[in-house]
Amino acid sequence: MTRPFVDLHLRINTKDQPVTQRLIIKAAQMGYHFISFPFTNVVHETEFVALKAACTQAGIDFVLRADFKPRTQEDLTLFLRKFRRSFEVICIVCDSKEVARQAAKDRRVDLLNFPNLDYHKRFFDRAEAELASCSLAALEVDIKPLLVMEGPARVRLLSCLRREVAIALEFHVPVVVSSGVGEEVLMRLPRDLASLGYLFGLNASEALDAVSTNPAVIVLRNREKLSSRFIAPGISIVKEGKPK
Amino acid sequence: MKRVKRRYLALQLESETLPSEREFMDAVWASLTKLYGEVGASLAGLVLINFDGKRKIFVVRTSLASLLMVRASLAMVTVVAGKAASVNVLAVSGTLKALYANVA
Repeated sequence: MTRPFVDLHLRINTKDQPVTQRLIIKAAQMGYHFISFPFTNVVHETEFVALKAACTQAGIDFVLRADFKPRTQEDLTLFLRKFRRSFEVICIVCDSKEVARQAAKDRRVDLLNFPNLDYHKRFFDRAEAELASCSLAALEVDIKPLLVMEGPARVRLLSCLRREVAIALEFHVPVVVSSGVGEEVLMRLPRDLASLGYLFGLNASEALDAVSTNPAVIVLRNREKLSSRFIAPGISIVKEGKPK
Repeated sequence: MKRVKRRYLALQLESETLPSEREFMDAVWASLTKLYGEVGASLAGLVLINFDGKRKIFVVRTSLASLLMVRASLAMVTVVAGKAASVNVLAVSGTLKALYANVA
């Protein structure tokens, strides 16, 4: 059975229809099974339907994802309470330690993302990993900065990523590798994307899991939870009887 | 002396222009040297075997031990001959015969 390859972070301007269309077609040609474009919190029904239709036409599965950068813990919990059931994947961009800790603790958060340029704001340490390992959050690594940066900045980022990925593996926190790109020329084949994982300490199978199994598990788990037949993990309605 | 195991890679170049073999290999070597330094790059034993200009497919050979290094370096290529480009690995094989069968 082939692996379902997933890129949960394609950055596009949904209003720019031709570029969006080209990216979707290219992702399908490259062999991705699931792709996602991050929304902030408002999804226009027409926009979503158009994206989903374009993806279905290209033979690819569209995942509805929301990215949120809360300032405080309260902001985060408010956002989750309001939008958790509207999105299939929730990613929290952690801008402060307080938010990072709360996001790692909360079982409604799927992905933890950290700023790529500000190394002081990368809060994925052992404490964060321990909290994340008890909940369902995964560490998301975007590849785009590695492709566009050069010199000491890239060296520093690689060093941070290597440390964070080592901690994540130690605490069994899933690592998700996404592209984070918005241009066709920066898109990479799934296996090439995985090969970049080697740069920050993932071995061949862990790197492939980071672009296939780990993100696919998140998507399928959340789809099951969002379905009307879901009762609790492992329990769902199989058949409904008629009232007598 | 132990025999060095090799792998052949079929690479598809995505670029607006068609660079020469030299320009392509320069870009690959530059990426490999930037990531792993000169010592690391020298271990890869990277050699261009074939070039199909029509389909923009390049076949290169590397040592099995440095296959992951080379794949990562190829994924990091963003510019070839001064133009934005990307290099996709179409197939990896231990023999040229199997590689051509995969790519065809």
